[in-house]
Amino acid sequence: MAERAGAVLRAGSPSALSGYLKAVGAVIWKDLTSELRSRELLGSMLVFALLVILIFNFALELDIRTRQSVTSGVLWVTFAFAGTLGLNRSMAVERERGCLDGLLLAPVDRSALFFGKALGNLLFMLIVAAIILPVYSLLYNANLFLPALAGVIVLGSIGYATVGTLFSAMAVQARTRDILLPILLFPVVLPLLIAAVRATDSILLAIPLAEIRGWFNLLIVYDLLFIAVAIMTFDFVVEE
Amino acid sequence: MIEVRGLAKAYGMRPVLRGLDFRVEPGEFVAVVGPNGAGKTTLLRILSCLARPTIGEVRVAGRRLPGQATAVRRILGVVSHQPLLYGELTAQENLRFYGRMYGLTNLEARIEEVLDVVGLAARRHDLVRKYSRGMQQRLAIGRGILHNPELLLFDEPHTGLDPEAADVLDGLLTKVSSEGRTVVMTSHDLGRAAGLGSRVDILYGGVIARSVQRAEIPADELAKLYRQVTHG
Repeated sequence: MAERAGAVLRAGSPSALSGYLKAVGAVIWKDLTSELRSRELLGSMLVFALLVILIFNFALELDIRTRQSVTSGVLWVTFAFAGTLGLNRSMAVERERGCLDGLLLAPVDRSALFFGKALGNLLFMLIVAAIILPVYSLLYNANLFLPALAGVIVLGSIGYATVGTLFSAMAVQARTRDILLPILLFPVVLPLLIAAVRATDSILLAIPLAEIRGWFNLLIVYDLLFIAVAIMTFDFVVEE
Repeated sequence: MIEVRGLAKAYGMRPVLRGLDFRVEPGEFVAVVGPNGAGKTTLLRILSCLARPTIGEVRVAGRRLPGQATAVRRILGVVSHQPLLYGELTAQENLRFYGRMYGLTNLEARIEEVLDVVGLAARRHDLVRKYSRGMQQRLAIGRGILHNPELLLFDEPHTGLDPEAADVLDGLLTKVSSEGRTVVMTSHDLGRAAGLGSRVDILYGGVIARSVQRAEIPADELAKLYRQVTHG
């Protein structure tokens, strides 16, 4: 903790900050380059998300009015499930060939590694959301191209990627990591998902933004709280 | 360069290291040998700042661990039995990534230099997952020396290599260690460790049971001593 405080103080100097940001950028670059080659993570997230939407579409043979009322729930369940798949895969890559140790050996504050991984995961989640939304709009006959909805998706994804990256780093050491991550993650992201679903619902029902500010505030507070928790605990999570 | 006093490490209720004392002078090549489960990897993981000691004092280059871990990691190169390389990146991209993590300047020139040292310049654009195990270990050494570390830690680097690849690796280990670096290497292969190290430490029962200068003891006597220590 003393080292963390020292690193934060030193980060005030331009060269330290630049080194920190370069490390964050290097992790994102590495994840994107690997993903562009293998297409494993995005591919599996996308196929899974499309299947979930299709299954809901055929399983719930609903009239148009009811479909619209379940839109927000189905949408966020899809994001959450696909996101978990992506988080598991993203950390599994670090486990192969011992790469996580390689990252941890770098002489940078470990929160830089966390931000690199979390931002990469966030980017993948947002790409999946950008592809899923038009498909969903077609199948459920709902207009999802709303700026406020984009804001909810970004805020919800930030929180999900933050908590998910922290917990996937925790679960990656365990033998039962594939099932451990959702078991750890879902109870903790429940407030985030509730806020995201309620905010999405309200936006789709064209309720004025002033009336749904509370849900936005909850999303923002959740994001900030867990970013702070991740900065403070990531070092201890990844070290034996 | 390394000073360890009363180091103990336990995983849950299972003690691995039990009050170990260990000292390495600058420029020394120390081979730590011992049977499987003796705690060799645990010792190296603590020195690499990848694990925290349960109790005990650990200093590397005068800096205390784990408190000054970031500064220690800057002067440390680690090569493990796993290559710590990304399969979907090429050799050049892997080195570029690690070079950025270490904040190296003149990175591209340094990458060329390192690829030449490990003999992989011609395969720089190949994906690492297409490399043989021996080539991956050679590149792992390149990754380990990329930032010109003062201290190199090798954790069973020969694991999984055929004899020919292991010999190539030995040549490379000798080359990188002869440049004035301090080296600590763990191995369960006494013959290979004794051939490389200037000092051999036998780790058994969670402590350094014996420490001998390689020049002072013939190979057969060292083997006998090792059997005595590990078999009672």
